[in-house]
Amino acid sequence: MSDVTRMTATEVAALVAGGQASAVEVTQAHLDRIAAVDDRVHAFLHVDTEGALAAARDVDARRAAGEPLGPLAGVPVAVKDVLTTKGVPTTAGSKILENWRPPYDSTIVSRLRAAGTVPIGKTNMDEFAMGSSTEYSAYGPTNNPWDLTRIPGGSGGGSAAALAAYEAPLAIGSDTGGSIRQPGAVTGTVGAKPTYGGTSRYGLIAFSSSLDTPGPCARTVEDAALLHAVIGGHDPRDSTSIPQPVPDVVAAARLGANGDLTGVRLGIVTEFSGEGAEPGVLAAFRDSVETLTKLGAEVVEVSCPNFQYALPAYYLIAPSECSSNLARFDGVRFGLRVGDDGVKSLEEVMSLTRDQGFGPEVKRRIMLGTYALSSGYYDAYYGQAQKVRTLITRDFTAAFEQVDVLISPTTPFVAFPFGSRTGDPYQMYLADLFTIPTNLYGGPAISVPCGLSEGLPVGLQIMAPTMADDRMYRVAAALESAVGTFTPPAL
Amino acid sequence: MAAISREEVAHLARLSRLAVTEEELETFAGQLDVILQSVARVGEVTAADIPPTSHSVPLTNVLREDVVVPCLTPAEALSGAPDVEEQRFRVPRILDEEA
Repeated sequence: MSDVTRMTATEVAALVAGGQASAVEVTQAHLDRIAAVDDRVHAFLHVDTEGALAAARDVDARRAAGEPLGPLAGVPVAVKDVLTTKGVPTTAGSKILENWRPPYDSTIVSRLRAAGTVPIGKTNMDEFAMGSSTEYSAYGPTNNPWDLTRIPGGSGGGSAAALAAYEAPLAIGSDTGGSIRQPGAVTGTVGAKPTYGGTSRYGLIAFSSSLDTPGPCARTVEDAALLHAVIGGHDPRDSTSIPQPVPDVVAAARLGANGDLTGVRLGIVTEFSGEGAEPGVLAAFRDSVETLTKLGAEVVEVSCPNFQYALPAYYLIAPSECSSNLARFDGVRFGLRVGDDGVKSLEEVMSLTRDQGFGPEVKRRIMLGTYALSSGYYDAYYGQAQKVRTLITRDFTAAFEQVDVLISPTTPFVAFPFGSRTGDPYQMYLADLFTIPTNLYGGPAISVPCGLSEGLPVGLQIMAPTMADDRMYRVAAALESAVGTFTPPAL
Repeated sequence: MAAISREEVAHLARLSRLAVTEEELETFAGQLDVILQSVARVGEVTAADIPPTSHSVPLTNVLREDVVVPCLTPAEALSGAPDVEEQRFRVPRILDEEA
């Protein structure tokens, strides 16, 4: 058998279903790969060897009993450490949740288990998903497998790096402002943010509740679609879950793979096709547009004038919601407690716990959100940001009257060296310049590898209307069929 | 003019229940000032007659039938607590000695 860790999820599932390899053998191969390379990559915060092998044995037993297996049965999946996993450490990349073992599974993880996938471990991330480089993890950074001196993107750098390092064929991320797509772009992998409400937030540790969206990460578009189909769909436990089935993203990906985009209208966002991105990123983007045109797509420019206000609006809305959501970390019900000496008051213990448990970026955002929501500033900041959100939604609505999907680079720059942006928080925020508008609108978007710049991966972002997730998969798969996938140097 | 003063940051830290150090206050004041001056651009948009958007999906109350369903046991619910007493979350003192 050739190296199973180099295979796509589709290939691995076929091996298991056909009996050429057991789920245990597949899982062990990935555990061995993690043991061999993760000291250099640091994609994982926790490897659940025992749980993964037990899940794999269960798949093998079901196959032996002749039970029908799902399309991803026996395939290992790495889970971002922001999703609760029963009995398995879940930290959200924060010291405040060190050693916390949740008493329940998130809906996403429940669905992964029900589908027969093998959750193999929890991946590193910026603390509470606040960041764009995974440098804000309380447990140390993750290194980009393309160049270990550079960031893997964020906040879900661990999930993307695990894929690029062949430690897992599938991974789960969460996207609040680009945390799935941006790591996908800078690691040469595929990352999809589903329609908001299309995937359940139950058991997703909340950062910004009106934006947070769990989603699939993979090395190919078809694999991402298969994972999307497994985890998506209505969940009565999430009040913002949309009571509709997931569009047929798998069929769309397979249709796109034939490389024919005749009749598909693509809109280039004028505001995202010029300034603000590195020349190498823009060159790769222009090449992608040419490729998509050759595949039959009609390409037009579309102006979205309010997109320029998306970044400032996001950095008011997300911190505001985070300041409220993170109030639950008070040293009472779970996680860390500092200073409880019998003398200090509850309030003092709370303040000490939060000061020692949260890192600097989380504190910055909590205080920024507290400021934006405070009396006297609310209308000028948070209230105004919510109005901008309306205008951005109108831009999208108008654009989708003219085109089927919008395209842009996923990120303004390729993976940057460690430490080059941590000194200036706003410079770090610019990493999400192109991904944020979609989160404010609520629609789906995917990043697919489209080329290299200075030997590092560049991603193309494809944005679709809400609940039209299938459209972005078709275009992404078509591009992938033309440009192929990108392999990082051997570790 | 600075958008935010060091004293305001200290006040925000108190509101946020964050026992930040003097040194942190200095750092945060400078950083928050830069961020606030950047995000203040949202004020450039004339949006007096624009309705705000809080969520991309309409918010509704989601209710289920009032029937007993399995839930966490007390032991499970308390399993991650830093301190437990008599099947409850034990908290530091809330009242002053003289209260």
